[in-house]
Amino acid sequence: MLPYVLRRTAGMVPTLLIISFLIFLIIELPPGDYLSNQIEQLRAQGEAASVAKLEFLRQEFALDRPFFERYAVWLGAWPGPNGFDGLIQGNWGWSFEFEKPVGEVVSGTLLLTVVLNFATILFVYIVSFPIGIYSATRQYSWGDYGFTFVGYLGLATPNFLLGLILLFLMNEYFGVSVGGLMAPQFIGEPMSLDKFLSILSHLIVPTLVIGTAGTAAMIRRLRANLLDELHRQYVTTARAKGLSERKVVLKYPLRMALNPFIADIGNLIPSLVSGSVIVSVVLNLPTVGPILLAALQSQDQYLAGFILLFVAVLTLIGMLVSDLLLAVLDPRIRLGKQAAA
Amino acid sequence: MSVLSVRDLVVEYRGDGVNRVVDGVSFDIAAGKTVAVVGESGSGKSTISQAVMGLLGKSAVIDGGQIVFTDPADNAQMDLAALPRDGEEMRRIRGNRIAMIFQEPMTSLSPLHTIGDQIGEAGRLHSGMDKDEARAATQEMLALVQFPDPKRAVDQYPFELSGGLRQRAMIAMAMMCRPALLIADEPTTALDVTIQAEILKLLRDVQGELGMSILLITHDFGVVANVADEVVVIYQGRVMERGSSQTIFGNPSHPYLKALLHAVPTFDMDERLEPIRPIKPSLEAFGAPCQVVRGEPLVRVDNLSKRFHLKKGGLFGKPNVLTAVDQVSFDVMGGECLGLVGESGSGKTTVALSILRAHLPSDGTISIRGGDGEWHDVSALEGEALLAYRRRMQLVFQDPFSSLNPRMSINEIIREPLTIHGIGTMDERDAKVRELMGLVGLDPKFLRRYPHSLSGGQRQRVGIARALALRPDVLVCDEPVSALDVSVQAQVLNLLADLRDELGLTYLFVSHNLAVVDYLADRIAVMCRGRLVELGPTRDVIDNAQHPYTKALLAAVPDANLDRPLDFDKLSAGRVSRPSEWPEPYRLPPGATPVMVKVSEGHFVCRPGDAPQLKDAA
Repeated sequence: MLPYVLRRTAGMVPTLLIISFLIFLIIELPPGDYLSNQIEQLRAQGEAASVAKLEFLRQEFALDRPFFERYAVWLGAWPGPNGFDGLIQGNWGWSFEFEKPVGEVVSGTLLLTVVLNFATILFVYIVSFPIGIYSATRQYSWGDYGFTFVGYLGLATPNFLLGLILLFLMNEYFGVSVGGLMAPQFIGEPMSLDKFLSILSHLIVPTLVIGTAGTAAMIRRLRANLLDELHRQYVTTARAKGLSERKVVLKYPLRMALNPFIADIGNLIPSLVSGSVIVSVVLNLPTVGPILLAALQSQDQYLAGFILLFVAVLTLIGMLVSDLLLAVLDPRIRLGKQAAA
Repeated sequence: MSVLSVRDLVVEYRGDGVNRVVDGVSFDIAAGKTVAVVGESGSGKSTISQAVMGLLGKSAVIDGGQIVFTDPADNAQMDLAALPRDGEEMRRIRGNRIAMIFQEPMTSLSPLHTIGDQIGEAGRLHSGMDKDEARAATQEMLALVQFPDPKRAVDQYPFELSGGLRQRAMIAMAMMCRPALLIADEPTTALDVTIQAEILKLLRDVQGELGMSILLITHDFGVVANVADEVVVIYQGRVMERGSSQTIFGNPSHPYLKALLHAVPTFDMDERLEPIRPIKPSLEAFGAPCQVVRGEPLVRVDNLSKRFHLKKGGLFGKPNVLTAVDQVSFDVMGGECLGLVGESGSGKTTVALSILRAHLPSDGTISIRGGDGEWHDVSALEGEALLAYRRRMQLVFQDPFSSLNPRMSINEIIREPLTIHGIGTMDERDAKVRELMGLVGLDPKFLRRYPHSLSGGQRQRVGIARALALRPDVLVCDEPVSALDVSVQAQVLNLLADLRDELGLTYLFVSHNLAVVDYLADRIAVMCRGRLVELGPTRDVIDNAQHPYTKALLAAVPDANLDRPLDFDKLSAGRVSRPSEWPEPYRLPPGATPVMVKVSEGHFVCRPGDAPQLKDAA
């Protein structure tokens, strides 16, 4: 097992290098960069003094150098104006838009993003599993049809619309302030029980909104997977043993139906970061999605590049985790090699 | 006293309309006895077993009758037909007092749980064992079903075991609570003959040890003759005949039973099989018979080896090589039927596919004699020559269900070879397809239908028609009847026999069933572990078998004849299919060259221990 983990981890390095190069290439595809756009603007307004300062910044960030050199400097594999100082050395770059280091810009939002997404994933799994199992074991019952209908509603409703409605309802009936991730008075305050509760109550709406579509899709998939398994011979064997229906389903077919969901963990992460952008904008959530969107629009390249790379790292780790979990849960994967021999 | 007494049982499936699958069936199972319920697929025999176990599907309704189970332990009686299927009472009986084993050992165990977990579960559930007790009891049961290493097997997963061992594990699971009644639903149908014989022996031994009754569901009269005390013959949900084995085999009275018995191929039968529903093929539709010289070699397999590279063994490990076929040589004569026999994994299908050039040989050559009398190396064929070769060689598949595209009509399926090879105009193709339907005895009105609406036998005939569309010289039949019922099997076998006799077709007939091969083949080639071990005229190989493996195969075929029971004592627990454990002079250690020694005219046996006077004259 350990050699396998090490081999997989080592394999992530070239993958990340290729991804970082692609990210950099795509971000730089539009002509110009953040600073040269600013310079153009200032030139047009005739402010030569500021132009000189920006020209200095361009040199400072090696933006005047050729493409491959720029990439290598960003990576930290090539000496920039301040020697080797890039991602490898732990310098995440500079955000021109916010005029702060990238690390400072994203540090708060990244944590909240992870918290929100984790809550969403949990919500999706907790809600969809019982319903999926119910729908599969009672196929074509009223309950099955009902959940299917609600699920399709969830899939079809635009998330931001649902978000707005829920925000209104929460504010009207529970007095939760509109938007944001906590009541306004807690922003900037140190963590306290009240602040924590405020965050929790503000998490409800985004979790519901981002989660519904995922839940509906997951219910359909689990139902389909489970229906395939329920007619397998080994299920009849388990029933013939005298197990109760509940134990039969939970022990045998459900476990077989789980594999695709475990394999999916790695894929969930990028979609959760980039998929909730509109909802985050509408609900005014300080997650990383809207920042990424803004950074891409204004060609704030180091900020955008870092966020994308961060998501890539998360995805690779997620893939590794799901592969390891699969090997733990499915003996066919763990022992398959020896069995074939 | 009877353990199970089924009285006027009626089961209906209610979906789109009512379908009465079991219609007034009655029989009794006495304590310690074996009752066989025999019938074709669709006769309702499996539905009876499901009704007893309370495992009927949701759409099935027990519409009348009783299933009275008397537990010999405390003489408590209950009517299983009246119990709620998933109720607690039913569950307390299921797996505890009545246990069941199934046809497919490959799929009837969960691949994600160790067999110890799955077997012990019954003990934990019904006998209140804790984890350690269940584990100990599981090992005891695995020992009872003669697992080679019960201690280790407890922690193994089903995919690590062979089919025979999985079925043993299933039996151990069923025996866990020492049931009063065991229901065995086609327990050996998916297994090789040698393994089938061992499982039958095991069932008999276990029955003797635990004194339980067995309800055996099967379509195979050979199996019935060897284990059943009483027989119930079912046709379309009704009992046709019921009685002791002696009466059923010695003095069958119902015409259906007589017909069924006549449709089973047995050794030494000279007469033609009589299918229950005969078909009338119009053989003249093929046109002129094949232009091959009868009795002259047509296909020559010379020293053929085929190795498959399995998954790489890591970065530095050497690749894992499986030698599926090892130095095999034989000729297929024009107009003959060569039977290729062996267990699963013997390489017989690989040989057949190599001849079709689906695989290229790793070593050795396969050549075919052209119309000009010249030999052509098959692996060197290219372009037009290869297409011509494909026209001469066609394949009939084993599984009539998956070998026909469900989205193509029968017309499109039979027509496809003509389209691919660009033969004839549209109208000519239409006419040809109709002729081919007649050739296999199918009504042309089926042409617009899709495979799902045809029965297994009809589908297999469509497969044969498709193979005959290009007027091939050689038909490679890969287990063409193993998925069919006995009655339908006779139909297809007779069709193949007629086609060969009338049209001069040449067959390479791959099968694991020696009785079937015996019926059709002129010569037999026996394979084991990739080696050819015996080759000769059918009568010589069957009546005068030389090789220990051939003898074991013959001994393991259950005969539908009470006077010739299987000799269970002679079974050798799988050792016979290991070439390195054959007695001298047959022993064949890995890597050794198989040497064929002549026994009589045209009859050769692989006997490397003897001085090789004659080297592979076949």
